[in-house]
Amino acid sequence: MSTMLKIDDIHVYYGAIHAIKGVSFEVGEGEIVALIGANGAGKSTILKTVSGLMHPRSGSISFMDEQIAHMDAYKLLRHGLAHVPEGRRIFLQMTVQENLEMGAYIRKDVSKADLDMVFNYFPRLKERRKQIAGTLSGGEQQMLAMSRALMSHPKLMMLDEPSMGLAPILVDQIFDIIKQLHKDGTTILLVEQNASKALEIADRAYVLETGNITLSGTGVELARSDEVRKAYLGG
Amino acid sequence: MQILQYLINGISIGAVYAIIALGYTMVYGIAKMLNFAHGDVIMVGAYISFCVTNYLGLPAIVSILAAMIVCTVLGIIIEALAYKPLRGTSSLAVLITAIGVSYFLQNAAQLIWGSAPKNFTSIVTFKPFSLAGGELVITGEVIITIVISVLIMVGLTLFTGKTRMGKAMRAVSEDRDAAQLMGINVNQTISMTFAIGSALAAVAGVLLCSTVPTLMPTTGSMPGIRAFTAAVIGGIGSIPGAMLGGILLGVIETFSKKYISTEFSDAIVFAVLILILLVKPAGLLGKQVQEKV
Ligand SMILES: Nc1ncnc2c1ncn2[C@@H]1O[C@H](COP(=O)(O)OP(=O)(O)OP(=O)(O)O)[C@@H](O)[C@H]1O
Ligand SMILES: [Mg+2]
Repeated sequence: MSTMLKIDDIHVYYGAIHAIKGVSFEVGEGEIVALIGANGAGKSTILKTVSGLMHPRSGSISFMDEQIAHMDAYKLLRHGLAHVPEGRRIFLQMTVQENLEMGAYIRKDVSKADLDMVFNYFPRLKERRKQIAGTLSGGEQQMLAMSRALMSHPKLMMLDEPSMGLAPILVDQIFDIIKQLHKDGTTILLVEQNASKALEIADRAYVLETGNITLSGTGVELARSDEVRKAYLGG
Repeated sequence: MQILQYLINGISIGAVYAIIALGYTMVYGIAKMLNFAHGDVIMVGAYISFCVTNYLGLPAIVSILAAMIVCTVLGIIIEALAYKPLRGTSSLAVLITAIGVSYFLQNAAQLIWGSAPKNFTSIVTFKPFSLAGGELVITGEVIITIVISVLIMVGLTLFTGKTRMGKAMRAVSEDRDAAQLMGINVNQTISMTFAIGSALAAVAGVLLCSTVPTLMPTTGSMPGIRAFTAAVIGGIGSIPGAMLGGILLGVIETFSKKYISTEFSDAIVFAVLILILLVKPAGLLGKQVQEKV
């Protein structure tokens, strides 16, 4: 297994707030890696730093052997790194179809094959192509956010709390799709509040606490560990 | 007939406001800032056109193109030098800078062209035609202005609705970070928006001075403020809103001047603005954004 994403001792600040205090971890090609931790631990900050929306004050990030820590966010998608941000952040005033077109923005044209590919994962979106995204249900919006990211055929897909605010049945569905995406060759970095679900599908996982990684291991190991069970799995 | 005449004149000046308002609205929608210097770009456009026609003796169409090119470049430079360094800082800082840019442009114009008014020659050469036995006069300026403003509105609607660049602009306008995650270069998109807005300002400048031929360094400022009001009335960020707001404002202004008082026409216009915003805070065609959690 070769390393796809390598984060080495990054420190990230919001003004004077030291949000990420020396975090290092790796994601290997073909893995599902989960990042779990309580509210405010810094999970979203890490993803934003990897995708270039924020930059570390020190430390390095390499993706497919390229240094990306100070690269502009808009360039990273072209390297194969997609980020489905927290809260979905779809374009609410655009139609479903237009959102998907924006997902394929870097390729200048939208091929039928790409649309078929995402509708294959998310059939519900197909019949809603003309609908304004802001009128979709929360679950459909999450599906759209993931579809939009898929349109660029990413090598690594970073998902920030894809199950947030969804009914259990929909959570299962979203996790099934993540597994399917992974099977089809996409490497996944998954941030989740739903630790049990995340650890279930993760090859490896890291536990983040107030800006530091405190535990790491395979998904199974962490799911069994006392600390994780007490703190994140409800006993 | 009188009323109809005023209505037509009002629509015509309103169409100029509409073109200016379109620039305001695009820049506001995409760069999320009030470019208070927009009105002064209009003035620069008018001066360029004036110089090209009067000093170089070139035809009107060349003078308009020259004005558009100069203003486009000017818009890009203003954005890059004055606004881009402030991106991410407080909007108050940007607003004050914009006011500074506005004064800078006015003073620069005064240095270059002097403060004495120039008599702008209308770009329209064909004769006005009269209807209803001479009671109703429609000037060439009126026709040209209305036609151009409609063309611009349709063009912009198609551009933002159908083209890749236009959609990128809408994406940036809705969510800058999400747009970046789609691979959209936000800086370039904003720069492009300023270019388009400024090119429109040049057209508006030429049309404005063709209708009201006095050209001086402050020529753009009051129409700029009125057009900004128009954009707010129509719903800032909305293209048809800018058009509607502009026309409405032109008509209200013309009628108040004729029937109430020339001095108070601006006060009346702003009173209407306040009334409309009381009833519809997002403007007539403004979008009420709904968000799902
Ligand atoms: N824009 C911001 N300005 C200042 N501080 C911020 C900002 N965004 C996040 N923070 C702080 O950085 C820390 C990490 O936040 P982050 O959003 O990364 O947490 P998280 O692990 O994703 O939490 P959650 O599970 O609630 O989404 C928190 O203490 C938060 O208050
Ligand atoms: Mg978060």
